[in-house]
Amino acid sequence: MSQRVVVIGGGLAGLAASMKLAEEGIAVDLVSMVPVKRSHSVCAQGGINSTNKFTRAQGDSEQKHFDDTVYGGEFLNNQPMVKEMAYWAPKVVNLLERIGVPFNRSDEGNLAVRRFGGTLYKRTVYAGASTGQQLLYGLDEQVRRFEAEGRISKYEFWEFLGPILDDQGTCRGAVVQDMFSLELKALKADAVVMATGGCGLIYGKSTMSMVCTGGANARAYKAGAFYANGEFIQVHPSAIPGQDKLRLISEGARGEGGRVWVPREPGDTRHPGQIPEGERYYFLEERYPEYGNLVPRDIATREIFAICKSGRSVDPDTYCVYLDLTEKATKIKRQVLEHKLGNILEIYEKFVGVDPLDEPMKIFPAVHYSMGGLWVDYVKDTRTGGLVAGEPANQRTNIPGLYAIGECDYQFHGANRLGANSLLSCIFSGLFVAPGIKSWLKNMTGTAAADQPASLYEGALARHRDAYKALINSDGDENPYKLHRELGELMTRNCTVVRDNGELRETVSQLGELAERATRLKMTDKGNWTNQNLSFTRAVVDMVDLARVIAAGALARDECRGAHYKPEFEIPAPTATDKDELERKADQWCQRYYKQNQEWLKTTRASYTGDGPQLSYEPVDAAEIPPRPRTYGIVGAEIIERVWRERYLAKAETLGHEAELSASAGT
Amino acid sequence: MPETVTVRVQRQDQRGGRPYTQEFRLPYKPRMNVISVLQDIACEPRTASGEDTTPVAWDCACLEEVCGACSMVINGKVRQACTALVDNLLKEQPVIDLRPMTKFPVIRDLVVDRSRMFEALKQVKAWIPVDTYGDVGEGPMIAPEQADSRYPKSRCMTCGCCLEVCPQVNEHSDFIGPQAIAQAVLFNEHPTGAMTAATRLEALMGPGGISDCGNSQNCVKACPKEVPLTEAIAIAGRATTWHAIKRWFTK
Ligand SMILES: Cc1cc2nc3c(=O)[nH]c(=O)nc-3n(C[C@H](O)[C@H](O)[C@H](O)COP(=O)(O)OP(=O)(O)OC[C@H]3O[C@@H](n4cnc5c(N)ncnc54)[C@H](O)[C@@H]3O)c2cc1C
Ligand code: FES
Repeated sequence: MSQRVVVIGGGLAGLAASMKLAEEGIAVDLVSMVPVKRSHSVCAQGGINSTNKFTRAQGDSEQKHFDDTVYGGEFLNNQPMVKEMAYWAPKVVNLLERIGVPFNRSDEGNLAVRRFGGTLYKRTVYAGASTGQQLLYGLDEQVRRFEAEGRISKYEFWEFLGPILDDQGTCRGAVVQDMFSLELKALKADAVVMATGGCGLIYGKSTMSMVCTGGANARAYKAGAFYANGEFIQVHPSAIPGQDKLRLISEGARGEGGRVWVPREPGDTRHPGQIPEGERYYFLEERYPEYGNLVPRDIATREIFAICKSGRSVDPDTYCVYLDLTEKATKIKRQVLEHKLGNILEIYEKFVGVDPLDEPMKIFPAVHYSMGGLWVDYVKDTRTGGLVAGEPANQRTNIPGLYAIGECDYQFHGANRLGANSLLSCIFSGLFVAPGIKSWLKNMTGTAAADQPASLYEGALARHRDAYKALINSDGDENPYKLHRELGELMTRNCTVVRDNGELRETVSQLGELAERATRLKMTDKGNWTNQNLSFTRAVVDMVDLARVIAAGALARDECRGAHYKPEFEIPAPTATDKDELERKADQWCQRYYKQNQEWLKTTRASYTGDGPQLSYEPVDAAEIPPRPRTYGIVGAEIIERVWRERYLAKAETLGHEAELSASAGT
Repeated sequence: MPETVTVRVQRQDQRGGRPYTQEFRLPYKPRMNVISVLQDIACEPRTASGEDTTPVAWDCACLEEVCGACSMVINGKVRQACTALVDNLLKEQPVIDLRPMTKFPVIRDLVVDRSRMFEALKQVKAWIPVDTYGDVGEGPMIAPEQADSRYPKSRCMTCGCCLEVCPQVNEHSDFIGPQAIAQAVLFNEHPTGAMTAATRLEALMGPGGISDCGNSQNCVKACPKEVPLTEAIAIAGRATTWHAIKRWFTK
C-alpha cells in the first residue's frame, strides 16, 4: 500500500513541508481549520532574515547570524539546529525568490534589505510591510500546483482533534472533524506533522489570529508529547490596543528609522508635536548606543515598562510610548516610508484614525509569540556542528511518527526570538523535515498505516465521537467565553513581562480551579451544523491546560533569561565609584551569572498528567558558542564584558556541555 | 457616546435554508468593530427582545485585514468586518446591518462558500512552475519597477468583495471574476512565470473568461486592498488579443 503523510496546519511551516514532501513523491493530506491561504502567517509584516550580499560585504556571515540568534535567545537554543538554520537561510530566500515572492528590490535589482532587532546588520529581506502575506501566498501557490495534480489533498475547514497511537505508542494517523458537518474522519498516516502555530489566545488578546489557541498543540501534549520551554512567551514592544485584538506595528518600523521616545519630564501632557527635541527622551538610543531602537524585544519591552512606571507613559490608562516615524524625527521622506511600510501605516490609520507620518504613533507591549512548544529531537553532525540531513529523528516529537515544525515547535529561538527569524524557522523546519520523514517511511519496520487493523481507527473515532457529543450536550454553569476572558486576564497579569513567585503560585492554583470549572461548560449551540461554539469551547479547555504548562514552568525557573524576567533573581548591575571596588563587583556579577547558567541552562520539559504538568529538565547543547553576559552594550556594562572575557570565558566553554541536570522538579 | 449598539443580522441556519433577521442590543465599548460585536453576541446570544438564541456564525482569522476571511455586507456595502469600526458605522445609520455576501452560497449565517475563487486560481495556473525546491541558486534579478508593479496584485486576499459587486458575476454566468484575472497577470509579469504566460492567457480566453467582463469598474472601487483590478483586466485583455492573433497566424 502507498504511504501517506498528514500535515496539520497550512501556515508557512505546514505549506513548506507539504510541497517538499510532494516533490519527494510522498502523498500528503493537508488539514487546516481555515483555508490555508488565510493562516496566521499571513499577518507577518517585517521580513525574513538571511545573510545576504550586502551584509557579507560588511563582514557578515552565516556564523554571525547563528551567533546573533543564540545571543538573542540567551543561549537556551540548542545550537546545532540554529546553526543549520542560519546556514540554510540564504538558500531559503533563494527559493522564495524563485517561486515569485515580490520582495522589494534595490536599484540594481537585488533584494532590498532592512535592519531588525538584535543585530547590527541589515539581514532582513521584505515585501513591503506584509511579508508574511507574500511568503504565505508564494508557498500556497506551490501547494495548489500539487493539489491540481492530485498529489496533495486538502482538508480545509477541518479541525485536528488528536493523533492516533498504536499499542506501541507510534503515531498512525489523526482524527479530524469537518467544521461544517461535524463529520469525523480517521486519517491514516505513516507520519503526522504538527504545523499548528502559536498559542497567543491563552492571553485573551494578543497580536495573533483567532485560530492561534494552541488547541492542537495541547492535544498532542495530552496524547503524550512533551511540551518544552512553555514559560518563554514573547511580549512585543509595539502594538495598538483594540477590543478584539492587539494589532502589531512591526519592528520594521524601527528598522526603517522609527524612533521610540517619551517626554523627558514625567507627567508632561503636551501634544507630542509641541515637545521640542531637547525635551524628548529617546531612552533606547541613550541607554543602548550600539543597538539603539533595535535592541531585542524582551529588552525593549522591559525598558518601556520601566519608563512608564517612572510616570512617563504617554497614555493615562496603559503603558504607552511614542514610536515616531514623522519626517521631523527620522529625517526620512514620507514617500520612502509609504513605499516600504505601507501596510502598517494603513493598519494604524484604519484603527486609530491618525496618519503616523503626521503624528507619532502611540504603541504599547502585547503578547506576540511563543518560543516554547512541542519538544522535538535532532541529530547533530559532529563534524559541522549542524544537523545530519535526512535523519528521521529531526523535528520528531518523543512520539515516533509525530513531528512538529514552525511556531508550534520549541527550539530555534531559545529564551527570546529575534525579529524576522520566525518566518525563517518555519520555512526551514518545513523543508528540512521532509527528507527525514522520507527516510522514516522508507525504513519503517512493521506494517504501514494502511495495513493497521481497522479497530485502531474505529476505536479512535468512537472515543472522539463520544467526547464531542458529550461536549455539545454539556449544560454546565460556566460560560466558555467568559472563562476564556478570565484566563486571558489572569495570564496577562501574571505571566508576561515581570514575573513574581508569589503571583505565579497564586496563578498555578487559580489555573487548577479554572481547569475544574472548564469541566462544567455550557454550550449555547447544540446544533450539528457549523457549530463554532463547539470548536471554541473545546479550545478553551485546551488553553487552560497549556496555560498550566506556562505558569508552572515560569514558577519553577528561578532566574532571569530572555523573555522570562523575575526581578527577585536579577543580578544587580555593579556600581561603585572606586575602580577596584567596581572591578570586584563586576567579578561577583560574572560569578553569579556563571552559576546561574550552571543551574539553569536547560530546557524545561512538561509532560501531561490529569493534575497539571510534570516538569523535567534537559541540558542544552551550547557547545559551539559559549554563553556570555547578554548586555547589548548597555551603558555601564563594559566592565562586565571585559571581566567575563578575561576570567570566565574559558570556563564558560564547558557550560554547554555540562549544564547540570536537576532531577524532575515537579510542581 | 451611545450606551448600546443595535445590530440587525440576517441569519440562515443551513445551506439552502430560509434567511431570517434577528436584532441584538449590546453595551457599547470604545474601539468596537464588527468582530467584537459578533464576539459579544457569541458570549451571550440573546436577541434584543430577550430571547435566547444560537450564536451568529461568521468567518474571521487575522482581524487586521490581511487574510480576507471576514467579508460581509455591512450597512449595505461589502467590506471586511475587522476594519469596520462601530463608531464609523453608526455615523452611516443608527442600526448596524450585517448580511452575508450574495454571490456565494451561504453555509450558515454570515459564513459563505468561496471555494470557486480558489478553483479559479487552479484554472489560471496561478503559480510559478519552478523546476525544483533544491538549492539551485538565486532567482532572476528584478527591476524595482517590476517588483512594484507586482506587489499590489500580490496583496489580493481572495476576500470576494470584487465578485460581490461585479454585475457579470451572477447565477446565469460563468464569469471567472476580476480576482483570478489579476492573479494571472501577476504571474505573467514574473520573468519565470512569463515563460508559461500562454497557458494562463488561454485559460482566460474560453467561456467565462476575460471577454465576459462588462467593464463596470465596480471591482476596483470595492477592493479593500486597492488591487489594481481594472488595470490588470486591461493588461490581460490586450495580451489575450495578441495571443489570439499570434495563435491564428502560427496555426
Ligand atoms: C502580527 C505578526 C507579525 C509577525 N511578523 C513577523 C515577521 O515579520 N517576521 C517573522 O519572522 N515572524 C513574524 N511573526 C511571527 C510569524 O508570523 C509566525 O510565528 C509564523 O507565521 C507561524 O507560522 P506557522 O506556520 O508555524 O503557523 P501558522 O501560520 O499560525 O499556521 C498554523 C496553521 O495550523 C492550523 N491549525 C491550528 N490549529 C488547528 C487544528 N486544531 N486543526 C487543524 N488545523 C489547525 C491553522 O489553520 C493554520 O493553517 C509575526 C507574528 C505576528 C502575530
Ligand atoms: S479577519 Fe482577516 S481580513 Fe478581516
